[in-house]
Parts: sequence; C-alpha cells; structure tokens
Amino acid sequence: MLTTLHKQLLNDYQQNFPLSPRPYQDIAEALGVTEADVLSALTELNDNNFISRIGPVIPPNHIGVSALIAMAVPEQHLQTVADKISAHPEVNHNYEREHRFNLWFVVIAADAEHLDALIDAIEQETSYPAMLLPMLDDFFIDLGFKLDLNND
Amino acid sequence: MIEARDRQLLEHIQLGLPVCSKPYAEIGRLCDMPETEVIERLTQLKQQGLIKRMGVIVKHRQLGYRANAMVVWNVPDNLIKQLGGHIGQFPFVTLCYQRPRQPEWPYNLYCMIHGKDKATVLKQLEQLVDACSLSSFDQEILFSNRCFKQRGAVYKNTAVTHG
Repeated sequence: MLTTLHKQLLNDYQQNFPLSPRPYQDIAEALGVTEADVLSALTELNDNNFISRIGPVIPPNHIGVSALIAMAVPEQHLQTVADKISAHPEVNHNYEREHRFNLWFVVIAADAEHLDALIDAIEQETSYPAMLLPMLDDFFIDLGFKLDLNND
Repeated sequence: MIEARDRQLLEHIQLGLPVCSKPYAEIGRLCDMPETEVIERLTQLKQQGLIKRMGVIVKHRQLGYRANAMVVWNVPDNLIKQLGGHIGQFPFVTLCYQRPRQPEWPYNLYCMIHGKDKATVLKQLEQLVDACSLSSFDQEILFSNRCFKQRGAVYKNTAVTHG
C-alpha cells in the first residue's frame, strides 16, 4: 500500500532531485520527515518494483548509439526469441506489442560499429530480420509524468 | 561530444543513485572523483541539457498505468518538427520521436501514451489527433502486451559489456 510519503516521492521528485551532499536529508526537510524515513520509503519503492532507479535521464545518442528495433515473430516462438534478445546487456527495453511486428526492443551500443555487430548477432541467434529504426529527432521535453495515485 | 570524465560519471550514476546518506560521495568513490566534482559535473550536465532530468524513474505499469500505446503516423517531412513539438507537450505523452520510414513500415512520427486502461488511452489519443490535426495522416496504434525487459540504458564500452 502506498503511503503519503511514497506518493510524494513518486510524484514530486521525478525532476529537480537535489544535487547536494545530503539529497535525501534535503527531501526529508522539505517533506517534514526524517532522512531515515525517506531512505526506507525509497528502498520499499525499489523493492516493490515501483521505481526502476533514481538517476539522470539522458537524451538519446549523446552517449552511445541507440536504436529501436522491430521484429515479426510467430507467436509460438515469441518468448524464446524475446529471451535471447533480453540476454544482451545492450538491450534495455523489450516489449510485445499487438501488431504483425510484435516484438519491439531498444538497444544502446558504444558506437555505430558495435550497434551493427550487435544487430548481426541478434539476427543470427534468432533467425528473424531486425527492422532498424534509429531516432532522427526527439521532440519530447521530459519533465516526468504526473501519476494519479488516488485510486490505489 | 561529451567529456571523458563526464561520460565516466554518467556510466556509474545512470545505474542508479545509491539510497544512502551521501550518495554522490558513494558515486565519487566508484569513479575516483571527489564528491564536490560529482555534484558540480552533474549540475553542469543538467544546465547543458545532457541530462534531461534528474530524479525518480517510475515504473508506470506497476503503478497502475497498464495501458501503453505506441502511436505512429506517416506525416510529410516538412511538417514533422511542428507536429512533433505539439504532440510532445501533452501531459499523457511520454515520448515523441522521428524515426526513418522502412520498406515495410511507412511511419516516421512516433509517440508513446501511458494510461490506466486502453479506453483512457484511446480517448487521450482522440484528443491529441483533434488538437494537432493528425486525422488525415496514416496512423497505427500498437498497444504493449508482455514486457520482457525494462531497465535504464547501460552506456558502456564493448569491452566491458561483453564480459
């Protein structure tokens, strides 16, 4: 069950996380709780898989080279193919979507050469062609996402 | 392009800021950098836009946002900046990108919508299509189903990741 503190941490600290020596202490002061409360609430959110991490969101292609890749995989092979793809550390998102192209994943490589080699390896391991969709332009100003947590 | 020391710092911190009393000092220990330098560099990277935002990265699905649609359109190249800029401003949109068309895939504009259920997402999409005048362009909606893997990007050299 999410407490008020959990909800505040989820909604109010998606951006402008304090860049100070004791950031959790600063958050605690702002919310009128103790640093220990903040640390344990964040650990709980982490343990319950409600947050993936606290960290920076880096615009794509400033460090490394990334691409979205789509594959059309017969349903009966989808889990096996998806597992092979997920096993690569360069793969960070891997989703099934409702479409003929039913497997969508994002890879991030050190450089273009590494990306090419990775895609070749994935195509060989899975024996399905990879449709490569690198990002050309990013129109989204990421300010976090306002969660409505009232009904939980 | 980005400085080597900044890159080194980002490689460590983007795996997640430790949940402990002095997390930047901890990151500093990992990349052999004083705490003050860690904080200074992160502050600068944010100002330069090399960090879009710094904070809690939530997992939408686990928090009740079970419907996620990737919506794609084929729009004329000369309109894409204007349309993308408009779409990217809607609060329920969580990504908005241009990607190249492919022989089997005529779409060039992408956006992601997160909502509690499909009906909500479709209603939001309708609102978006109206407000941005997108109804005359070819469109497809791809709802997500199983999530096989989700984590932050790992930016590392081949030598390290192939361990």
